[in-house]
This record gives sequence, C-alpha cells and structure tokens, in this order.
Amino acid sequence: MRPSSRPWLAKWIVVGIFLLPLLFIGLKTYITLTVSGLAMGMLFFLVASGFSLIFGFLSVLNLAHGALFAWGAYIGFTSFSLINRWTGWGGSESFLLNMAIFLSALIFSGLLVGLLGILTERLVIRPVYGSHLFQIFITVGAMIVLEELIRVVWGPDDEVMPVPLKFIGSLDLFDVVLSKYPLVAIGLGSAIYLAIHLILKKTRIGTIVRAGVENPEMVQVMGHNIYRYFTGVFAVGSALAAIGGGMWATFVKSIHPAMGGEVIVFALIVAIIGGLGSMTGSVIGALMVGLSYNYVAYLVPKGALGITMLLLVVILLVRPTGLFPEGT
Amino acid sequence: MGEPILHVEGVHAFIGKHHILQGVSFEAREGQITVLLGRNGAGKTTSLRTIMGLVPPSQGSIRFKGEAIARLKPFEIARKGIGFVPEDRGLFNLLTVEENFRVAMLREDEMTRKRLEMIFEIFPDLQRFWKAKAGILSGGQKQMLAIARPLINPNELLLVDEPSKGLAPIVVEHLIEALHKLQAHTVVILVEQNFYMASRLGTHFYLFDDGRTVHRGPMEELLHDEEMKKKYLGISKTSSGGIQE
Repeated sequence: MRPSSRPWLAKWIVVGIFLLPLLFIGLKTYITLTVSGLAMGMLFFLVASGFSLIFGFLSVLNLAHGALFAWGAYIGFTSFSLINRWTGWGGSESFLLNMAIFLSALIFSGLLVGLLGILTERLVIRPVYGSHLFQIFITVGAMIVLEELIRVVWGPDDEVMPVPLKFIGSLDLFDVVLSKYPLVAIGLGSAIYLAIHLILKKTRIGTIVRAGVENPEMVQVMGHNIYRYFTGVFAVGSALAAIGGGMWATFVKSIHPAMGGEVIVFALIVAIIGGLGSMTGSVIGALMVGLSYNYVAYLVPKGALGITMLLLVVILLVRPTGLFPEGT
Repeated sequence: MGEPILHVEGVHAFIGKHHILQGVSFEAREGQITVLLGRNGAGKTTSLRTIMGLVPPSQGSIRFKGEAIARLKPFEIARKGIGFVPEDRGLFNLLTVEENFRVAMLREDEMTRKRLEMIFEIFPDLQRFWKAKAGILSGGQKQMLAIARPLINPNELLLVDEPSKGLAPIVVEHLIEALHKLQAHTVVILVEQNFYMASRLGTHFYLFDDGRTVHRGPMEELLHDEEMKKKYLGISKTSSGGIQE
C-alpha cells in the first residue's frame, strides 16, 4: 500500500494530538494549554499560509518570507507606538479602543509589507521564475538584505513590543485560567482564515488563483495575465506574513531583527505538513504544530521543538504530499 | 478562397538546446478542420504551443487574422481569440465544471449565456455535471470539458492536441460528432495520432517530419496515398484504425 493512500492514519494523528495529552495533564491545565496552543497555531497559520500560497501558485520557495514577517513586526511596533502617542488608545480602559489601535497597526503593517512584497516580487523573484536553485540563492540574499535593513532603520537591539492594556492578563472562567491575548489571536486568526477561504472559494479572482495553484500555464492560455496574479498573490502572502509578525510580536512581547529566521522554520514545517499550496492544510497543520508544541513544552520542556520535527517526519511518512495535497 | 485565419510561415523553435521546429509552415481557413499529422516527436505539439506563445519561436512568422502574434505573451494571444486544448487536457480537476468555465470566461454578458446554451447542446453531460468537480468526470467527459471550455469565449480558432488519447472507441465516436458540430462555430486545428479520427474529421492535412512540414493537401488525397501514409505515419495498408508502427 502506498503511504499516501492512508488518509485515515493522518486523521487519527490529528485526533491523537488533541486528546492524548489528557492522559498526562489535568483538565483545567489542558484547557489553558489548548487555548495557548490554538493561539500559537493561528499565528503560525498566518505566516505559513502566505508562504504556502506563494509556493502553490508561483512555485517559488520564498526564504525571505521570514524577513517580511520581521518587517511586519517592526512596522506594527512603530505604527502602534506612533498612533498611541497621538491617541493614547493603547493604554485606554476600553477594549474597543485597544482593538482599534491594534487592528490599525496590523493593517498599516500589512499594507506596507504588501508593497514591500510587490517590490521583492518584481525586482528579486521575477528574474528567477522556473529555477528553484536560483530562487533559493536569491531569496536567502533578499532575507539577509531585508534583515540588515531592519538593523539600519531600527537598530540592532531588541525592542519591547507594546501590548494594548486590555490584552494583558488573564480571565478566570470556572477556575480555568485563560490568557486574554491568545483569545484575541484565535479570534482574529479565525476571521482572517475565513476571509481568505471565502475569497478563494466565492470570488472570480479566488477561483483563478485556485486554478493557478493547479495549473498556472493553463490560466495563462485562458487569457489571464498570470504575472499580475503572481504579483498580487505575493503581495497578499507578504501582508499575511506581516500581520502574523505583528501578532506574534504582541504574543512574545518583544521584537528583534532576526526573529523571522526562527519562525520561517515553523512556517516551512506547517506548510509541508498541510500540503504546499493548501489554505485548509495550512490551518490544520499550524494548529497541530501549535498544540503539540504547547502540550510537550508543559510536559517535557526541552522536547517542544523535537515534537514538531517528529510530527513532520510522521506526517511525511504517512502522507508524503502533506495532509491536503489537493490544493487550496 | 479568402485570407487564412492563421498563417504560420517558416517557424523555428528550440526547447532548451533542442532544435524542435526546423521550418514549419501551415495555415488554417474558415470552414476547415486542419489536421497536423506525423510520428511522435515530429513537432506537432510544439507547433501548437508555439502558436500559443508557450514556446517562443526563434524565427519565422505567425499571423492570426493578418496580425503578427509571434512575439506576444500567451495571455495576449488567447485574448486575440485563440483557444487551446493541450494534450493533457489542462483541466482544473479540483474545481467544479462551472468553476472551470468561470476561469475560462473572459467576459460575462448575454452572448456568453448563449454560447453556454450552445455548449450544453453539443455536450449535454457538462450540464448534468455542472456542480461536480472536474476530477471525478470520466475520461470522455473530461475531454468534452477541455474542448468546450474555450468555446465560452468568442474564439475564432481552436487548437486541439490529441483529443482521442486514452479514450475508448465509442467515446471517440462521440468526440468526432461533437467536433463536427463545432465546425460551424470555430476554425479547428487538430493534432491527432489516431488516423481514423483524423481522417473522419480533417478537411485538410499537413504532414510533419523531423520538425518540418513535408506535405500538405486535402484529406482525401492522403487517404488514398498508401506510400505517404507508410513513409510518414507508419500505417500499413491492412490497418484500419490507429497508427501501426
């Protein structure tokens, strides 16, 4: 039997990741860890989805994706600080004003990094379409340049990421302690996933992008300017990385120029587990990685990264093309 | 006889370092089905891909309705009114039949609706499987979808590469019937290895050999020229169906 013909095994792995930790962890801690794991998963999803979509549609392994993530965090940091200095909404007691400043910073960051993505695609990626080896060299080069530019603009030191007042602390629901920000991250991440899903499924542009993931050449001979779509998808992928960067920075409360390099490893793992090019795969893969990382970090702190690698190995053995190889 | 809708003259093309087309010339006219014939590797598929701009020609000219299209991008060529059905059908298997048409549709108006009605008349199965994913269709239905898809636009020329490949004889009969009906709506250039299908459909032929067009004429002429069929297509006198090498 070919490994890829065992989809049931992959489903059991997903169920196992959810339920197995209950044997070793008490229910209340389990819920706390699950919320935290889901939040982490949603943040991984934001980074991995852009990476995966770019690979699926453009067939480009964009190793500079992590640097765009870091740029997103830094622009989010600056715009949050500037808007806060102007309005003071970050320190407000109103959850709505907190959310408004947080979303404004994320949108600003997404737009600017989206533009940076357009420049990167036009100047760096376009000359190397079709050549994976050159793509690896040139995107690693772009990653180094973008990272160094962060040092030039913001300096080499770590910065403390400001967090809106009402996002700090935790809630106590029936004796279960839930941190507030992870709940925000889960809500926002889910909304973004839903929006992407609806755009891909319900709009004509989305349908063309899904068709392009399957067969870009055919989209071209049907009269669509594929390069315009390539640029658009790259910009959206970069914007998603930026939003992920801003949200991740708020999660860990700090930013530093090399932060993208750490997260790109997770994005790559999530995209491969989910199936390169698949949005649903990205969200399931990201949640699996986020949850397993949190459970194991609680039980065996040093084994957290190991479990992610193990997950990747097991999924690749069971489903070598990822959980949802069939596209978006 | 009026101007040809497509005129290909002395086209050369390379794939990597391989000189695949070494002087290909042919034309297609209104009301005709032009069949490109030749052994595997003779340059028939590359010729279609060169017309579509997927393989850039190194020399020669390609004119569509009198306009030079050899230097245009594939999407610009498609917008001029040329539909392409590749050898592997090029379907979006994960998309529904409806979505496949949606991607192909360059404009949505009253004419598009009328063309869709015409498509359903010729290919009734597509209406039945409208909401089904293209990947679950049978081989014949997939081929019908592949041929019908470019017809949603007012394309004046349809390039079809080996539509009978992998299909059962009864399905090939249906396909021949459908392509005959299409003749009223668009000019067709057909690449076909199945000589039975080529002879049933073609009004004119071009014979390809080693990247060159070596013979041309009305299909009738080739049907009775056993020498030419044997030399360029490897068909023995006794064979009645596909090509026997």
